[in-house]
Amino acid sequence: MRPFDYARPADVDEALSLVGDTPGARFLGGGTNLVDLLRRGVETADLLVDVSRLPLDEIEEAADGGLRVGAGVRNSDLAHHPLVRRRYPVLSRALLSGASGQLRAMATVGGNLHQRTRCPYFTDLDAPCNKRDRGAGCAARHGASRGLAVLGTSERCAATHPSDLAVALVALDARIELASRDGVREVSADGFHVLPGETPDIETVARRDELVTAVVLPSPPPGRGDYRKVRDRASYAFALVSVAAVLDVVDGDVASVRLGLGGVGTVPWRAHRAEAHLTGSPLSDERVAEAVALELADARTTPDNAFKVELARRTAVATLRRLATPSDSTAGAIA
Amino acid sequence: MTTTPTRPRATPSTPPTAGRTDERQWVGRGVDRRDGPAKVHGDALYTADRPFPGLTHGWMVHAPHARARIVAIDTAAARAHPGVVDVVTHDNAPRMAPPPSASLLDLSSLASRSRVEYLNTDQVHYDGQPVAVVVAESLETARYAASLVRVDYEVLPATTDFRAARDTATRAKQTPAAPTVSGTKGDAVASLDASPVVVELGLTTPAHHHSAMEPHVTTAHWDGDRLTVWDPTQGIDWCRKHLARRFGVDVRQVRVLAPVIGGGFGGKGSVWAGTLLTVLAARHVERPVRMALSREAVTRTVGARTPTMQRVALGADRDGRLRSVVHEAVVRSSTVGGGSEQVVAVSTALYATPALRVGTEVVELDMLPNTFMRAPGDATGSFGLESAMDQLAHDVSLDPVELRLRNDTDRTPLHGRRFSHRRVPDLMELGSREFGWAERGPGGRRDGDRLVGHGMALAYHPALTFEAHVVLRATAAGRVVLRTSAQDMGMGIATVLAQVVADELAVPLDRVGVEYGDSDQPIAPPAGGSTQTASLTAATVRAAERLRSRVQRLGPSAAGSVLDAVRAHGQDVEVVVGHDEGLRARAGTLRWIAETLWGQRRWQRAAWGAHFCEVAVDADTGEVRVTRWVGAFDIGAVLNAKTAASQLRGGIVMGLGLALTEESVTDARTGRLVGPDLTHYHVPSHADVPEIGIHLLGDPDPTAPRGVVGAGEVGITGVGAAVANAVFDATGRRLTHLPLTPDRVLGLAPEA
Ligand SMILES: Cc1cc2nc3c(=O)[nH]c(=O)nc-3n(C[C@H](O)[C@H](O)[C@H](O)COP(=O)(O)OP(=O)(O)OC[C@H]3O[C@@H](n4cnc5c(N)ncnc54)[C@H](O)[C@@H]3O)c2cc1C
Repeated sequence: MRPFDYARPADVDEALSLVGDTPGARFLGGGTNLVDLLRRGVETADLLVDVSRLPLDEIEEAADGGLRVGAGVRNSDLAHHPLVRRRYPVLSRALLSGASGQLRAMATVGGNLHQRTRCPYFTDLDAPCNKRDRGAGCAARHGASRGLAVLGTSERCAATHPSDLAVALVALDARIELASRDGVREVSADGFHVLPGETPDIETVARRDELVTAVVLPSPPPGRGDYRKVRDRASYAFALVSVAAVLDVVDGDVASVRLGLGGVGTVPWRAHRAEAHLTGSPLSDERVAEAVALELADARTTPDNAFKVELARRTAVATLRRLATPSDSTAGAIA
Repeated sequence: MTTTPTRPRATPSTPPTAGRTDERQWVGRGVDRRDGPAKVHGDALYTADRPFPGLTHGWMVHAPHARARIVAIDTAAARAHPGVVDVVTHDNAPRMAPPPSASLLDLSSLASRSRVEYLNTDQVHYDGQPVAVVVAESLETARYAASLVRVDYEVLPATTDFRAARDTATRAKQTPAAPTVSGTKGDAVASLDASPVVVELGLTTPAHHHSAMEPHVTTAHWDGDRLTVWDPTQGIDWCRKHLARRFGVDVRQVRVLAPVIGGGFGGKGSVWAGTLLTVLAARHVERPVRMALSREAVTRTVGARTPTMQRVALGADRDGRLRSVVHEAVVRSSTVGGGSEQVVAVSTALYATPALRVGTEVVELDMLPNTFMRAPGDATGSFGLESAMDQLAHDVSLDPVELRLRNDTDRTPLHGRRFSHRRVPDLMELGSREFGWAERGPGGRRDGDRLVGHGMALAYHPALTFEAHVVLRATAAGRVVLRTSAQDMGMGIATVLAQVVADELAVPLDRVGVEYGDSDQPIAPPAGGSTQTASLTAATVRAAERLRSRVQRLGPSAAGSVLDAVRAHGQDVEVVVGHDEGLRARAGTLRWIAETLWGQRRWQRAAWGAHFCEVAVDADTGEVRVTRWVGAFDIGAVLNAKTAASQLRGGIVMGLGLALTEESVTDARTGRLVGPDLTHYHVPSHADVPEIGIHLLGDPDPTAPRGVVGAGEVGITGVGAAVANAVFDATGRRLTHLPLTPDRVLGLAPEA
């Protein structure tokens, strides 16, 4: 791969200055995505600033009953944390449905949020890709498009956001803490990733020199939660469609519901429209189907990925049906 | 070494062939593989791990066009990069002789699946074709410098869309690699029209990659005109002959070593660009070169299993008896190599029918040549035939097992040749019993959100043997050593041969050494076509016979065991089976051809099986999980219960990939693979694989030496159909396009 320098800063401030001062510098988490992309020449870096050993690996309880998760916490540690398992099963399940045990043990929270799309044309340097090279064109839309997103697409790009973690985070109203030499700010998980529009190469609101330092989870929403991921093999595959859901039914009516969709959007998708349609009414398969249809009304499909619309509907119906069935003890608990 | 003294779990297990059964102690047992501990502990040195003095590293530059002419290659920036030794292109590469065309007289010719004259031509024939090799002091340097090579192409029109080019298909010719591609008996079309019950299915299967755990890698070292190559090849002898020919040196000057191999499945059976170009680069830079291919480089330069389009039509009486079978296939080959595949052969073997018509067409595209992959043709063709049989069983309201019993045959349906050995009814009985087929209940039962279904299908793979040479030596120090150039891909051939020697000579197993994986040893056949074990067993048995008779002639000391006699004699005794060179070698080949052809005229030898499985289909999402599997097999005599079961189980796991997850996607516009890596190409994960019960008949084939027919490939055949049949049972949907991903199961995918 292209030669680069490697630095292991002692603290966050040093990391921020190193990246702030060096235009070609990049943060390095567990390296499970970035190193692959550097090897293939899809991404480049002059300097890798390793933030995986910074003291960002704590999971702390907040006064409001929420959690503050350091950006360096490994995916597996977060998934298995007792408080996460108990209070945020949707998050734990989302994490455990991703990648493999070995990868989860390396992958960090910060790196997971910044992972790049798995659109196969993105990593094919001989194919035009607007995400890799703004204005170059898109080989995917009229190519092998089965994996492409159907929501939030633009003429330029329909690459799917691959993270499972992020889908749970948008459903949980998580906030993301960003630090740079200019200070610290927080953005909502739902607003962290940006639609491709004319500039698919820009994927988040974070600047290159902004370090994700933590993910802040507000106190868990009421009700039961689950993450359901449909994929081409039983394990170790990205989502065709996934649903993150937290459902609270009171006296037969939906008191509150959170719905995140994965595999269908160019960004982790919070299904606000569907939630609004469901809240305040009795839950039924038909009602959920209508809600998802509303959410996906703007879906833009190709013949190869059109199935995602129907699959998202079916998966959401099944997930909420299970959450609404108190006898079903598997939902909400971690196997 | 530990041993597991278990017999195969089998119904009446007849001991292998006549005579001397009492002395047999090792053959049949589940002896642990000799290479097992080293591999599990990480001590085994694979080709890429092996230290080599003065080594340099190669990396290929791939053409991004399916047809093109190289106008210019600018290597200046790559060359200037520190650590780069040189860049080899068609401008400076040494010349190679063109590859030979396939011939039965020289089976090593089968090692050339591609006619491309790599780095000796400015023509690009497929996307991914290597056009330069960067040699550097380190792998990462070579890799990076490869990205600095600039190639200008004149892009030429190319044909890369299999479906769109279907009309350009031509009739497949019979070849040594695909002998059964067409044939007719009676008027199958008229019989079909006249049949009271007709089933007709159009099916497709995608291209598959072998995905061996160990990617392709070669280390090449020239010393003058002497060439030493480390390469995990499935065919040491073929590789050696091929390299000698391409590089214009005597075969005796080429040594190929493959001591440890991490799987091949056919992908390492031919000599592909990576091997050739490592040797070429080493010749050019005059230093040892190693080229360890990335997964992408493997998929872009090593052929895949062809996709297929199939049509199967069955005509039958209302009681299910077949009147007509029609099986037609279209396969994808290349303008620069590859070839047909015997997708339809299965229909010439499984069921009695008065009328039969099978045919194969080939579409040649500007793409990397297709190649052999585990049970070529049979793995995909059995999906067609066995899906249609399942549909027929449904349409005439018969249990699928009963339908197959009614159409059982002891002769090949096409030529009326006798099977040397066929006990399909016994296999179905064994399999159904172990599975509990009779108790399975109606299909479509609901289990929570899942629909449960059951399916079965037969497995079949023709059996061949090749000529194999061995040297067997009993030493005065009390050991026996068998030497052969055979390669152990990981299936346990060395362990099994040691068992055979131990029994044939009545010596303890731990006194038997097997040396293999080196072309300096006597010629052995490639590990392909499920032939290796049968071929080497035959040669080993002959060697043991010769050794015993030599020992008997030693005179007074000949009393007692072979080892005692040789020890008393005070000198090693060595016997040779087969001649590697000269006239006697050619005579041996001719004898093999004659025996093979004569044998084939008299009888058809094969391995058989019956799969039974249960699936649970998520009614909401269409996800298919296979929850139970039982396979009953007849692979002739079982030499090692453990390695045989592993081969069969591995074949079934690979079949689960074929059924559920594996699909190599090509961008039809460009002919380029989409996602040439294991992220996009889904081999089964552990979670996709249930407990697999393997049950062996253990019945020796009376026409084969020691009754062995080979177990490497039969396991994968029929698996695709068994799963699809179970999904049909669960959902009522007949799915004819593999793999059975959720979109297809829900009927939401565009028709293939
Ligand atoms: C084979 C495979 C299968 C996978 N399957 C799944 C799956 O099913 N579901 C899923 O969700 N994911 C999956 N993944 C992706 C995996 O989750 C990501 O690779 C991982 O989360 C990235 O984390 P990392 O720490 O290794 O990031 P790195 O590779 O180190 O970095 C990724 C990016 O994040 C940036 N970065 C890292 N840390 C920070 C920080 N603190 N602040 C700012 N920027 C930062 C880096 O600069 C880089 O751009 C898979 C990956 C592989 C290789």
